[in-house]
Amino acid sequence: MTAQQIIFLVVAAVTLIAGISVVTSRNLIHSALWLILTLAGVAVFYVLLNAGFFAVIQVVVYIGAIAILFIFAVMLTRRVMQDTGPQSNSYWWLGALIALLLFAGIALIFTNWQGFKALPPVMLDQSGKLVQLGLSLVSPDKYLLPFELASVLLVAGMIGAIYVAGEKKQ
Amino acid sequence: MNFISDPVAFIADLLAKLLFRIGLSQIQVTVVSEFIGAFLLGVFGFSLVIFTIWLERKLYGRIQDRIGPNRVGPWGIFQTFPDMIKIFTKEYITPVGADKIVYNLAPILSVSAVLLTWAVIPFAPTIVGTDLNVGVIYLMAVGSIGALGIILAGWSSNNKYSLIGAFRAVAQVVSYEVPMILALLIPVLLGQSMGVNSLVYAQKVWFIFLAPVAAFIFFTSCMAETGRAPFDLLEAESEIVAGYQTEYSGLKFGMFYVGEFLHAFTISALVATLFLGGWRGPWAQQVPILGVAWFFMKTFLVYFVVVLIRISMPRLRIDQMLNFNWKFLTPLALVMLIVTAFVEKGFLLISPDLGLTDSALPWVRAGVHLFSNLVVVLITIQILKSHRIKAVRVVAKPRPVAVAPEPPASVIS
Repeated sequence: MTAQQIIFLVVAAVTLIAGISVVTSRNLIHSALWLILTLAGVAVFYVLLNAGFFAVIQVVVYIGAIAILFIFAVMLTRRVMQDTGPQSNSYWWLGALIALLLFAGIALIFTNWQGFKALPPVMLDQSGKLVQLGLSLVSPDKYLLPFELASVLLVAGMIGAIYVAGEKKQ
Repeated sequence: MNFISDPVAFIADLLAKLLFRIGLSQIQVTVVSEFIGAFLLGVFGFSLVIFTIWLERKLYGRIQDRIGPNRVGPWGIFQTFPDMIKIFTKEYITPVGADKIVYNLAPILSVSAVLLTWAVIPFAPTIVGTDLNVGVIYLMAVGSIGALGIILAGWSSNNKYSLIGAFRAVAQVVSYEVPMILALLIPVLLGQSMGVNSLVYAQKVWFIFLAPVAAFIFFTSCMAETGRAPFDLLEAESEIVAGYQTEYSGLKFGMFYVGEFLHAFTISALVATLFLGGWRGPWAQQVPILGVAWFFMKTFLVYFVVVLIRISMPRLRIDQMLNFNWKFLTPLALVMLIVTAFVEKGFLLISPDLGLTDSALPWVRAGVHLFSNLVVVLITIQILKSHRIKAVRVVAKPRPVAVAPEPPASVIS
């Protein structure tokens, strides 16, 4: 086993345990902290895949913005921070079934996928990869449309937030 | 490569050879030397804080017409050591109802976030922790971890003042990240790279001449990120005791304290690196150790300004601070980004036709950018003038100033 594999296994275990703790933890802030650990684990995976840019973006966007907003929102609800009720309701079997089906589907796709056996394509140098990523996001024959659609979605979300938060003029 | 001109690389090379001789593989040698490098960088950062705490207290004293620390050592330069020993001996107090793990994690996070920044700062052409090709975004990512530390400290203390401090931290630190990132994009645009060291290489003319407005925005929002005066609302002692660090005692408080001072020095280093040319200076390329000297000269210059602002400015109100960010800095940064992008692209299109020599080209480019910055500044000033407060709204009738009552007749006579 190479060092990289050991690191991968350790990080994978930590990420999975943290992911489980997100949903089992009774304290909402602790859940948010476990979520941060999970997201940080994913960032480490990006580093292992030699995609430093995505790792850093993962930390900026998910830990730096989204998780902090989670914590902020949770902090505003001090009274219900400690959840004492049952952690599942009578439909737990339905959720478990859907999760199992999803897992089975993904597993089925992955067993038929040839990518595991294929050798990784020859990497360009790091900065060249970034330039290629940037260009393909804005070139019309590649990912311009999804990119713009995502932008429109974000703008819509922003306008909605401003509308909800803004004062209503009588 | 010899010892005089580049001692760090020389010693690192020597050490690598030595380890190789012992029988370690190439990867192990790399791992060991990187661990040693990281350790030395951390120790260096903390030792620097010992000095900057003294420096800042001395400057603080002088500007307030006091002498400042003057008992331990010459000019009181060792004053920090007794303070350190004192703080080591203090008791750790954990408040009742505190979230123990989070409570202890928070100071570690907030110090390590600042220390992590030093990994990408180039001290000299060859002395750099790691030359990440996404160094600029890495700086942002690490900064957001620092915000996390403050929030967790405020929440886990089980204290209302701490919690208010944490709320203010979110409002301040997170929102000032927006103009900071936008301002950081301008050097990235001008240097056409996101690696910090390559940005230094790109500064044939310092970026402060190409983008003074971006430098101003970056400097201001960095000041706000550190949470020091005039932006010290996170720990405004006249309003919320000490904010998020109210309940911390002993070394845990010391970590926040060290983190704050280190952060102030780190932003100076960042401004010096990104806008003042970092290690650039005469003969820095040939003699890397000179680069270290230039770098620290520039950094201490910026640090002096940071301290000067901290000492001479009153604290802002929270609404003023947020208004300043969202209504002034962010729009200005957005406008500046767009203007710089257009000017840069236009210049790149026109410059081949101008027939400039290689040595003149960067200076002409700097002139064009400086001119566009000046135009934006003038327009901004005009807009600000049209929004200034013209008259104070009178809410009550003017009352006479207290007049001493007429003295009794007996006194007059």
